[in-house]
Amino acid sequence: MQSTIEAPPVAAPVFAPRDFLRLWVARLGPFMGLVLVVLVFALLSDAPGRYLSPFNLRIVLSQTVIVALGAIGMTLIIVSGGIDLSVGATIALTGVVTALVLEAGWPPAAAMAAAVAVGGLVGLVNAAFITGLKVVPFIATLGMLGIARGVAKWLADEQTVNAPATWVNELLVTFPRPDWLILAPGVWITLMLAVATAVVLRNTVFGRRVFALGSNAAAARACGIPVDRLKLWIYGSAGLLFGLAGVMQMSRLRQGDPTVAIGTELDVIAAVVIGGASLEGGEGSILGAMIGALIMAFLRNGCQQMGWPNYVQEIIIGAMIVLAVALDRWRAGRV
Amino acid sequence: MAPALELDGIRKSFGATLALDGVTLEVRPGEVHALIGENGAGKSTLMNVLAGTFRPDAGEMRLGGKRYAPDSTLDARRARVALIHQELSLCPHLSVTENVLLGMESSRWGWVDWSACRRRALEVLKNFDHPEIRPERRVGELPVAARQVVEICRALSADVRIMLMDEPTSSLQREDVERLFALIRRLRDDGIAIVYISHFLEEVRAIADRYTVLRDGRSVASGEISSVSNDELISHMVGRPMGGIFPSRRDSSAGEVLLAVRDLTAPPVVHGASFELRRGEILGIAGLMGSGRTELVRALFGLDPVESGSYRLRGQSLALSGGKAADRLRQGFGYLSEDRKGEGLALPLSLADNLTLTRMSACSGRLGWLDLACQATQAQRWIGELGIRARTPAQSVRTLSGGNQQKVAIGRLLHQHADVLLLDEPTRGIDVGSKAQVYETIAAAAAAGKAVLMVSSYLPELFGMCDRLAVMSRGRLLPARPIDQWTPEAVLAAAIAETPDTTS
Repeated sequence: MQSTIEAPPVAAPVFAPRDFLRLWVARLGPFMGLVLVVLVFALLSDAPGRYLSPFNLRIVLSQTVIVALGAIGMTLIIVSGGIDLSVGATIALTGVVTALVLEAGWPPAAAMAAAVAVGGLVGLVNAAFITGLKVVPFIATLGMLGIARGVAKWLADEQTVNAPATWVNELLVTFPRPDWLILAPGVWITLMLAVATAVVLRNTVFGRRVFALGSNAAAARACGIPVDRLKLWIYGSAGLLFGLAGVMQMSRLRQGDPTVAIGTELDVIAAVVIGGASLEGGEGSILGAMIGALIMAFLRNGCQQMGWPNYVQEIIIGAMIVLAVALDRWRAGRV
Repeated sequence: MAPALELDGIRKSFGATLALDGVTLEVRPGEVHALIGENGAGKSTLMNVLAGTFRPDAGEMRLGGKRYAPDSTLDARRARVALIHQELSLCPHLSVTENVLLGMESSRWGWVDWSACRRRALEVLKNFDHPEIRPERRVGELPVAARQVVEICRALSADVRIMLMDEPTSSLQREDVERLFALIRRLRDDGIAIVYISHFLEEVRAIADRYTVLRDGRSVASGEISSVSNDELISHMVGRPMGGIFPSRRDSSAGEVLLAVRDLTAPPVVHGASFELRRGEILGIAGLMGSGRTELVRALFGLDPVESGSYRLRGQSLALSGGKAADRLRQGFGYLSEDRKGEGLALPLSLADNLTLTRMSACSGRLGWLDLACQATQAQRWIGELGIRARTPAQSVRTLSGGNQQKVAIGRLLHQHADVLLLDEPTRGIDVGSKAQVYETIAAAAAAGKAVLMVSSYLPELFGMCDRLAVMSRGRLLPARPIDQWTPEAVLAAAIAETPDTTS
């Protein structure tokens, strides 16, 4: 017998109602934030009817699409314990690709496919940097930020690329045709992809392994999960979504601009984090990320409606990010 | 009967370091085979070779007579070989079910078949009497002992034939150790071969049938555990005959009282602790985990707030309020944390930095400029004096073995010229050879007139080292008595006594 003396174990805690409360605060937190933002602006506004009008809601939703698509992909990456700083540059690059393909006279569907494929390729290269060259994601994607932006400018010959008018331009319009669509096609696409990704994360082996990787990479490796291949899939599929966001960007501007979307990656990361994801990995949800994206879109829109200058938005959004994460830590600390 | 697992001449090197240099091992089905060796003897490398993490450079492995050469950890799991890690390897964010089946989930076309997964998890979980481990519960919410059960379930779910356990009791409490042993015996009776790594010879004796000793990457001895004495095992491990590993100490209770503590109360755990500590003596504190031993030491060092009580150091009263760790350092207290990696050492920093951190003034001049050459010389001196195995003082502490890290942590107190050494579990998790050196260092410090307070869960070391011993029980420190008035049974009785009975 071992001659150490140790105490009997403390009785294991049962699943207390407070745990459920914490769980629901965690789930509802971002949603309550959204309600709060909308309420505050509705009250501040001298015309709450206008802020909450279906017309304005359509505008806000259309404005959310690019960040929301990015946030779907970024959720995969952040939950797996990674990060991608090249989102904005990828959006610019794929926007330029869309415009170039259209300009060359190809059908719009081909232009979209090309942009999405280029986005996926950028993601695969990121993953190759991370798994092959053993560069940490932060640095690998920081490098890609420069590479993708540079390639975008090179392809576009450092100018905006004008694309002929096609239905690609209609993806984010406030009044879509036909009328029964109600919301812009881009909004519907984003919604469908969000639902699909949420289901994949919840119910597929791939999705659960994304969580396992972010939760404890060493354990995932020890259980024989092919971690490198998993990362290729994660960054690759996130890249497809960033490519689609590039198409939306081009749709909004109606031209391919290689200098657009600078800093969008930070909005995207902020949306995911406000939505309850942990940058340490293992935690995060698509629903949360979507609400995070909406919170920021409503904030931007509200500030514009109030006629506040741009810098006020920036300060408020910055404070919001810190506040959201601080609240989350505070909640997690009260075990 | 064919051996469940046979290893023959396994070699593995990393760069210039030869980690395994011809290991032969034979494990029979239905036995617990202890793998013993000092830190750095190659046990962990061998485990990783068996679990498919590393491929051996030479040698052959056979499972049940058939060649076994796993390419990956998944390969090893498919061959029904499972490794239970020392540091638990679970995903805290995932459910029990997901952790048990991680990497081998039931699925159809990539979609998780939740009901099948749950069924498989329940099937292994029902072997254990742990109703709180429900399949859907997040592993992060489970207590440590329960997490280990989840890890074992993961091995069982793969229908394991060979289970490799690397120091499985290091994070467990006594009762859980008993449960684990009962479980291991049951697995053994089911015909599973278990390779069990441990530092604790007593533990090995309790659970193992046969043993193999590794030293410097070689298997040097093996046989029935019942036919070998602890002294023989230790001499195999260290490669030289060992006398007692405790240094002989002259009686030293005659020194002046250096520290007198009265009625120290540090809520919520410590209540009214009083003791005196003399120059040249070692006072041991025993007690159950959670009895307040660590909290007492932390309060003494100003790491936890003190509510009431008085301290006298060298005959002078010390202020209780504002008694922060920085003041204690200045007053000549030295503190060795039980959590070496978490708060004991700055792992990424060099030996030189770690050794001199609490008294950098020894090597710094005006404006805080650090004389690096002087720092290196000083560090080199401690490296030599304490027998720290390191290439250079500039080496990161992280690269050292646990025993050598502990020597660095103790060396820092000596460099600091601390008068009162507060040592919390000074030999936790280190190998026998390092233990002996740590004991010598502590004894030498006491002989040099320092006062040592030593908290330990390991009774033999308290009996081997201390002049006096006090037991802590439920936050109360019972009066200290000379060590020859104690027996291990009496210590245990005092530690678990319902009401502190001080006179019997």
